[in-house]
Amino acid sequence: MRRRVIFDNKLLPYLLLAPQIAITLVFFFWPAGQAIYWSFLLQDAFGLRQTFVGLENFRVVLADPLYLDSAGRTLVFSTSVTALAMVSALLLAVMADRRIRGATAYKTLLIWPYAVAPAVAAVLWLFIFHPSIGLLGQALRRVGVPWDYKLNGAQAMLIVILAAAWKLVAYNFLFFLAGLQSIPKSVIEAGAIDGAGPNRRFWSIVFPLLSPTTFFLLVVNLVYAFFDTFGTIHALTGGGPGKATETLIYKVYVDGVINLDLGGSSAQSVILMAIVIGLTAIQFRYIERRVHY
Amino acid sequence: MIEARAGTAWRVHFLLVIGVVVFAFPIYMALIGSTHDAGTIGRGSLPLYPGEFTLENYAQAWEQGSGQRVKAVPVAGMMFNSFVMAVVITAGKIAVSILSAYAVVFFSFPLRMFFFWMIFLTLMLPVEVRIIPTFKVVSDLGMVNTFAGLTVPLIVSATATLLFRQFFLTIPDELVEAAKIDGAGPLRFFRHMVLPLSRTNIAALSVILFIYGWNQYLWPLLITTSRSMDTIVIGIVKMIGTGDAQTDWNLIMATTMLAMLPPVAVVVFMQHWFVKGLIETEK
Repeated sequence: MRRRVIFDNKLLPYLLLAPQIAITLVFFFWPAGQAIYWSFLLQDAFGLRQTFVGLENFRVVLADPLYLDSAGRTLVFSTSVTALAMVSALLLAVMADRRIRGATAYKTLLIWPYAVAPAVAAVLWLFIFHPSIGLLGQALRRVGVPWDYKLNGAQAMLIVILAAAWKLVAYNFLFFLAGLQSIPKSVIEAGAIDGAGPNRRFWSIVFPLLSPTTFFLLVVNLVYAFFDTFGTIHALTGGGPGKATETLIYKVYVDGVINLDLGGSSAQSVILMAIVIGLTAIQFRYIERRVHY
Repeated sequence: MIEARAGTAWRVHFLLVIGVVVFAFPIYMALIGSTHDAGTIGRGSLPLYPGEFTLENYAQAWEQGSGQRVKAVPVAGMMFNSFVMAVVITAGKIAVSILSAYAVVFFSFPLRMFFFWMIFLTLMLPVEVRIIPTFKVVSDLGMVNTFAGLTVPLIVSATATLLFRQFFLTIPDELVEAAKIDGAGPLRFFRHMVLPLSRTNIAALSVILFIYGWNQYLWPLLITTSRSMDTIVIGIVKMIGTGDAQTDWNLIMATTMLAMLPPVAVVVFMQHWFVKGLIETEK
């Protein structure tokens, strides 16, 4: 789409574009290019020489059982976070959409966790679930649960999921509420006249009409769980115990920054890039088509 | 109203109250934690009501940051770093992208679509994915431990540019024609028409970007090695360390409360802009 009426000026548009293009070149294309370049190189143990190894890094990464474990964990983690955050947000949004007293107050009280940094959200949950000083951590131990997320991998995963989903619910809630409010009341009334009860009306009318919102949120939530949860994991468990909460993005950080394996880490980055591009492409494709019945 | 059934309203209220409590509970516990002394928390006997050490805790966190077992820098300094970072990212992103969107929409020139797609591509790759090569570029440029290194790489983004482009396309052609007839050049038109018309978009975007900037984690973690450059979010995690029971949790919780204050205040008091910004940027 373009405008009919435009200004004609030879130099000015380039000057206006210059700042963004300059920053994009230096801090986006250059590093992204280097990541791809490095992913084809193998460094020797002292970091002095590099040899071109083609797709060897990718082969090593994809055949590495540790990497595949991490991929599996990421899948469990992101589906749990997404499911938990979407179901509870939808429930709350359906409730807040009813015309009851104080609906605006509830809305305000439900959306502000969005503003809390992922790492800070992790600190809040750590303080509650800390095995010896946390309120719920102590309570769990009192009733006989051997609660210690620093030793038990499954418990560590659980608390990371909770902390990550907690923040996401606020976001989903806003979008679900906006989606619900855009559904024409006449459609629902027609359903009521035809004798459909509240449950039937929700599942046969409201939920299908909400599907564009649901699908959009699904993709956004997955991307969030993949990439924006680094802070949550780093602050809560540091990927541990063992590697119990080491997701793919965390592994890129560990291998690149701590283990200084440039080639392997770059190959992982490139794989992640492919995943994001895939997810974004799916999103665009379906948003265009509109998921609808 | 479709049907009013007895007992529905209180059930709805009940569920919503549970939701609000689940959301507020972690924050409430942090607030309580920040009002007791370290001993009470360390013994695991933190009550559910506020204690008497509120002022001491906040004053100590703000001025020193360090307690008996935590070595840290004053919260005041970290808040300043976070604030500078959030404001520079916000202002920088908006300034850079409103200019480039203006160029793409209101001019016709060779390579126009090429530049547009170049910017659009950045949408695909969040900074987390290309973190190590980006870090190397920044350190080659000697920008480690500087505010420039902390902020400029995060200004790269397509969302703001796309948002402004979308809005500029809705400005009627008649308006541009009238301005041209009146002899206004492109810069004058930008200054006196486009900028004032974009006010609401700029406000909404500012709220979202401020929160984005304030909450950054991985990037500052890599780029700031000197403690005087720590942002508040990084600072808290460093204070916790290994997370032993015997640490100055009272100071950590006071710091946590202070770290949440600015972004939460922005969301609560500028709710209208926040909701608009959130929904617009994701279109």
